[in-house]
Amino acid sequence: MSNWKLICKLDDIPQLGSRVVQRQSGGDIAIFRNAEDEVFALHDKCPHKAGPLSQGIVHGRKVTCPLHGWNIGLEDGHAVAPDVGSCGKFEVKVEAGDVYLLA
Amino acid sequence: MSKPRLVLIGNGMAGVRTVEELLKIKPDHYDITIFGAEPHPNYNRILLSPVLAGEMGVKDIILNELDWYAENKITLHTGKQIKTIDRVNRKVVAEDGTEEYYDRLLIATGSTPFMLPIPGNDLPGVIGYRDIKDTDEMIDAAARHKHAVVIGGGLLGLEAANGLKLRGMDVTVVHIGPWLLERQLDEVAGKMLQKSLEDKGLKFLLETQTEALIQGESGRVAAIRFKGGMQIPADLVVMAAGIRPNYTLAEKSGIYCNRGIVVNDTMQTYDPKVYAVGECVSHRGIAYGLVAPLFEQAKVAANHLAGYGIGRYTGSVTSTKLKVTGIDLFSAGDYMGGKDTEEIVLNDPHGGVYKKLVIKDNKLVGGVMYGDTADGPWYFQLLKDQRDIHDIRDSLIFGQNLVGDVGHAGNSKAAEMADSAEVCGCNGVTKGTIVQAIKAKGLFTLDEVKKHTKAASSCGSCAGLVEQILASTIGGAYTPAAVDSKPVCGCTDHSHKKVREAIFGQHLTSKEAVFKALEWKTPNGCDKCRPAVNYYLISSWPHEAKDDPQSRFINERAHANIQKDGTYSVVPRMWGGLTTPAELRAIADAAEKYKVPTVKVTGGQRIDLLGVKKEDLPAMWADLNAAGMVSGHAYGKSIRTVKTCVGAEHCRFGTQLAMSMGVKLEKMLFDMYAPHKVKLAVSGCPRNCAEAGIKDVGVIGVDSGYELYIGGNGGIKTEVAQFLCKVKSDEEVMEYSGAFLQLYREEGWYLERTCHYMDRVGLDTIKSKILEDEEGRKAYYARLLDSLKDAKDPWATSREEQPIKQFIPIKLEA
Repeated sequence: MSNWKLICKLDDIPQLGSRVVQRQSGGDIAIFRNAEDEVFALHDKCPHKAGPLSQGIVHGRKVTCPLHGWNIGLEDGHAVAPDVGSCGKFEVKVEAGDVYLLA
Repeated sequence: MSKPRLVLIGNGMAGVRTVEELLKIKPDHYDITIFGAEPHPNYNRILLSPVLAGEMGVKDIILNELDWYAENKITLHTGKQIKTIDRVNRKVVAEDGTEEYYDRLLIATGSTPFMLPIPGNDLPGVIGYRDIKDTDEMIDAAARHKHAVVIGGGLLGLEAANGLKLRGMDVTVVHIGPWLLERQLDEVAGKMLQKSLEDKGLKFLLETQTEALIQGESGRVAAIRFKGGMQIPADLVVMAAGIRPNYTLAEKSGIYCNRGIVVNDTMQTYDPKVYAVGECVSHRGIAYGLVAPLFEQAKVAANHLAGYGIGRYTGSVTSTKLKVTGIDLFSAGDYMGGKDTEEIVLNDPHGGVYKKLVIKDNKLVGGVMYGDTADGPWYFQLLKDQRDIHDIRDSLIFGQNLVGDVGHAGNSKAAEMADSAEVCGCNGVTKGTIVQAIKAKGLFTLDEVKKHTKAASSCGSCAGLVEQILASTIGGAYTPAAVDSKPVCGCTDHSHKKVREAIFGQHLTSKEAVFKALEWKTPNGCDKCRPAVNYYLISSWPHEAKDDPQSRFINERAHANIQKDGTYSVVPRMWGGLTTPAELRAIADAAEKYKVPTVKVTGGQRIDLLGVKKEDLPAMWADLNAAGMVSGHAYGKSIRTVKTCVGAEHCRFGTQLAMSMGVKLEKMLFDMYAPHKVKLAVSGCPRNCAEAGIKDVGVIGVDSGYELYIGGNGGIKTEVAQFLCKVKSDEEVMEYSGAFLQLYREEGWYLERTCHYMDRVGLDTIKSKILEDEEGRKAYYARLLDSLKDAKDPWATSREEQPIKQFIPIKLEA
């Protein structure tokens, strides 16, 4: 059963950066923070060749995979056209400076 | 409040392109309505010739399906010709009475074929060649009639003639000029072209003037008569004697026209609410009939329609290519030459190859190529860039391969390649895939091809080849931007050059300041521009601009090299390739402690520990730091390695102390951030065991001192370093090579290796700054030393000063 879990402080994630959340099963989750302090969570696996998206460059509401430069939308996990593919997304919220993940 | 209304008259390439550009930069700004006189959605007019020739179908050349209009909420009226523009009430009225009000009007009515004013020019079977209807009529005529005559030996006429011939007609081309394509070719190339076309079965009547078209019994045209009385049968006459800008509508509404709708550099007409683009326009007295300039106009018009008010259209240099399968010709600029120009000519009539380059003041101003046009785009680029060619003049005519600027040497004949041939070795993209994408998706630029096919999007060595394929597929529609003005990325219209100049000139010290001053289109850039801007900031304002880790590629953030499985590789620095038993022991211990699966010796004389988990990096660095080692920067756009031979220290042939020289250079350059990676080598004698000939700076010891070579590259494209100078002492080696590297750091564009930089500015420019100007050289050298004066080991700082959170994963309990 999934429920909201406290992950870290918002300030533990750099602006235009990310942190990796390790799960016991199901693979890592990447948590991103953009310049507007919006927080997003995606499966840390690029739909192209499984590159760690958490290591990419964050810009606007997108992240660029470090391996081959695919751009992935942070809101929905969909690859930006013309590339096709998507990776799982997770619900996150920020309350009083704390980041919670629904997992 | 309702949105302002934009009305476009003309559903053709220029007009719709403008709308596309507008939607890209400011979607949802206008309510858009488009009127097209033809019953089709927007299609690629350039590809009508392949349709006529039977190589493509009408479906293949549609650029925007009806769905596109619907998706973008554009109201499209096809088959409706606009009758009047009522500028007082700001509305347009179509022939069927449809009315539409506008706040901004865009006129893109294109052109019409010029019909010779001769008797019989309105007979059935006499047509111009402009649209799908004309093409259909020709295809239909070819099925039922035998004799075709094409009037006009220009690009369009020849493409029509070729298509009709392929459809089985007996075709004669009548041309008033002394040779074919006299607007594109000189006499030699024109005659060669004629010969090839005659071999395909076409007939030509040159310097022949048409007098009348004669009606047959069926009422259709039956024959054509020339001045002098000669007459030949003709069941189909295609007039391809030029086009006339279609500006009657605009002129009737009182907009100032002079052989076209007169516009200023923002594509605005004399009525500020009315813009015009395309073939109907007269810009600085020129009406362009090729598609490339129209796209440049579209971009400018869109920017002004969006209300941004940046960008001016200042005219275009055009190039042309004939789309007749099996014939390669290319022409650009001033191809005839004159009394103040020089010419370089290669003429092999038997082999069917002719090249002429026209040069003025050491710059290429034009050229014609026939038979072998592989280098056309490259010459055109040189021409647009105004590149001083005197250093490559002796091999210029032999093309880019000989000058040495393409990857995959010898593989540059795009047109001759089989569809199954692999173009992009990184991503496995074949020529067929690229051509398919260009045609099916209507791609016009290298960037679009990169995005859609991935070709040239990794190492980029095949970019030249992809450009050639683009040029040979869409012909004159392809035009490379001048290198100097290519935008950094989609986030801005500014080039690397402009961005650099702004950062330095306006003393900008943060990316936010840059984005604001240069009106970036995205809030925080992208993975292309942010690293570039970060580099420019730091190299322009060392110690002042603050490094932004989030603008760096992961390797430079993690001070290690990311691998395909997300692990990292660690390379400790070994100065000049030298190490000690103690260091080796520490490396071995670290490898065991962190369970490193692979240990490898690198090409740059280092040891690489591959497969390290990110979370282990800080502890591993601490261990290596404790043994006296620092980061090898094997991951960065920075000084990588100085490779050395054993030199006079041990070698019986050595003339100079290569190892000691190498160590000195590497210590001097430690932690140097650069546009791209930088590799050096020092050899102790001309046997050159350290392979200094393929390094960014190669130093070769000789008995009397050292020879310095620059701009070598052993990677994507093997490039032999060029001789810079000879110096006597170790100090001079450091001063000259340091000055050169600083020059590259200040002038090179991000991701440009020294060889690309050198190719762009020319070796002579570098020599004049480094060799001939002693004061300048010393200043470059001093600036290099100053920016490196407090260089620190990133492993140590990353552990000690910066937060190391990025290395620590957050564990989630079940």
